[in-house]
Amino acid sequence: MHINMKTVAKFSTVIIVLVSLVSCQKTSSRNYQYMPNMYESIGYETYQESDAFGNGVEAQLPAEGSIPRGDFMPFEIENTNEGYAFAKANLKNPLDSTQVDYEVGGPLYNIYCGICHGNKGDGKGKLVQREKILGVPSYADVGRAITTGSIYHTLYYGKNTMGSYANQLNETERWQVVAYVEKLKADLEK
Amino acid sequence: MLLLPEFLQRSFFTFLMKKSYQSLEDNPTYNMKQVIYCGLTSKIYSLCIVLLLTFSTSLIAQEGDPVNGKSLFNSNCAACHKLDKPMTGPALRNVESRLADEQGLDREWLAAWIRNSSALIKSGDAYANKVYNEYNGVAMTAFPQLSDTDISDILAYTAAPAPAPVVVEKTGGEVAGEQSGISNNLILGALALLFALLAMALVLVNRTLNRFAEAKGIEVVSENKRTPLWKAFVQNQFLVLVTAILFLLSSGYFVYGYLMQVGVDQGYEPVQPIHYSHRIHAGDNGIDCKYCHSSARVSKTSGIPSLNVCMNCHKSISEVAPETLAEGEEFGVNYNNEIQKLYDAVGWDGTAYTGDSQPVKWIRIHNLPDFAYFNHSQHVTVGGIECQTCHGPVEEMEIMYQHAPLTMGWCINCHRETNVKVKDNEYYTKIHEELSKKYGVEQLTAAQMGGLECGKCHY
Repeated sequence: MHINMKTVAKFSTVIIVLVSLVSCQKTSSRNYQYMPNMYESIGYETYQESDAFGNGVEAQLPAEGSIPRGDFMPFEIENTNEGYAFAKANLKNPLDSTQVDYEVGGPLYNIYCGICHGNKGDGKGKLVQREKILGVPSYADVGRAITTGSIYHTLYYGKNTMGSYANQLNETERWQVVAYVEKLKADLEK
Repeated sequence: MLLLPEFLQRSFFTFLMKKSYQSLEDNPTYNMKQVIYCGLTSKIYSLCIVLLLTFSTSLIAQEGDPVNGKSLFNSNCAACHKLDKPMTGPALRNVESRLADEQGLDREWLAAWIRNSSALIKSGDAYANKVYNEYNGVAMTAFPQLSDTDISDILAYTAAPAPAPVVVEKTGGEVAGEQSGISNNLILGALALLFALLAMALVLVNRTLNRFAEAKGIEVVSENKRTPLWKAFVQNQFLVLVTAILFLLSSGYFVYGYLMQVGVDQGYEPVQPIHYSHRIHAGDNGIDCKYCHSSARVSKTSGIPSLNVCMNCHKSISEVAPETLAEGEEFGVNYNNEIQKLYDAVGWDGTAYTGDSQPVKWIRIHNLPDFAYFNHSQHVTVGGIECQTCHGPVEEMEIMYQHAPLTMGWCINCHRETNVKVKDNEYYTKIHEELSKKYGVEQLTAAQMGGLECGKCHY
């Protein structure tokens, strides 16, 4: 009888210890740290919450009218129907034929555009095939008759349901992608 | 009845069949009355046709093929139009009959609008200008390539009746899913109870048997003649010493293991404010990591994508497919609610931005201490390393977690094992050759190129 109770007690302690060990492993919170002030900076971290500004975040929009450093050229054509028509008729690729590199534009196109427009530009990307996004035209579409300028305008501002890609691609990359789209268009029209 | 387009009949049949099937499922005893029910359905069916024929005058005029119309609609119109919800342009269900009834405009007007809306607007057509201004002056793309049959096919598709809501079926599935969860818990609980009862019964039986033995005067044989085991153990000093050393060593091992994992967040899996499934986006839909984390290509950090990147697609995807919604139930998430959270944060009312946006408090998972320098573009663009090498199978993660320990040992190990791609890098050819000679190897690792120098990461 006594032995019985003892074994029961032993087993239960072992189980309790095991359970408490396992349950201590919480994955929804961070682990303990040695000397946290070595890890957590005094300066602001990007996107951190902060009461330094009125809206409670560290990240702020640049002051109006400021331009980034480097060889930045503002894009002065407006995001309107007139702007689109103007770009379609007049805007040309500043990169000449030696600077256009399909090895640069191609992979970028496949990342950002191919998912909807298809890696061949036929409007049959994976999201279209899976019927998540519909109505993506082929680049060879007659009604749209896209040109260098209209491609760049659309890439910069977006059009209809398509969003702007100006924050994911810089100016040179955008023109590389435009050149690649024109190549795909020419391939489709063959 | 013959005048009705074929697809309408089909959709009616499927609709009615589904209904009878569901009611059969609800009530198994209904089998007996099926014959009566069939008669009833045919009556409803003819009644529906009569109703349809009385209310929609234009239906008879349409002889388009709605199946072809659907594919034309999806490839040409669906970018800006949905059937039941205004998007960039107005909702198009029954557009022809609505125009005829409300504006007195015929198909010719529609065809002119579809083929070249801006010309129609310029001609001063009142309704054309009204629609144009109503939708913020967004010009509709011209479709001169659509023939008369194409247009009548598309209109036939838009005239199809709205699909019957499948809500009934779905809630049934949900209830069933919840029930199975509950029943699992119930079974487990019952089993636990059973085992507890068994254990109690054993103890009780033992006690009663002992009592019987005492009552009958039978002596329970006890063997306490030998020295007990623990006394023998204590008396043997060598054994005690060995056990003590073993105990110290093993506890040292565990203490060391515990101290080493302090500050390591491997497996960290916080609950994010918006449930974002990498499994669906990167896995099922195959969207490239760099589509959203575009700064990983060109900067130190991979960046938290801003919400306008989400809106590139979610402007038009406001609801997930029913199958995806069902998948979400398994994880206890309603994906549509999560998309709604995105809309609330970005200030999107379904057709336009309201300007009232809220920052989303994402919780950062991968975080190196400030004294360690790590550059994404160096690894992603220059090194050409797959994101998964460090971040694990993200395309399978429903909830994002930290895959790698992100310790210094882990970094160093990878630098020692990874060969650097030196091919087609003419600028550095000479230095690569000399390094290869120095180490006497064909393939240079990152470590051999200076990837272990302290100052590379700590400065």
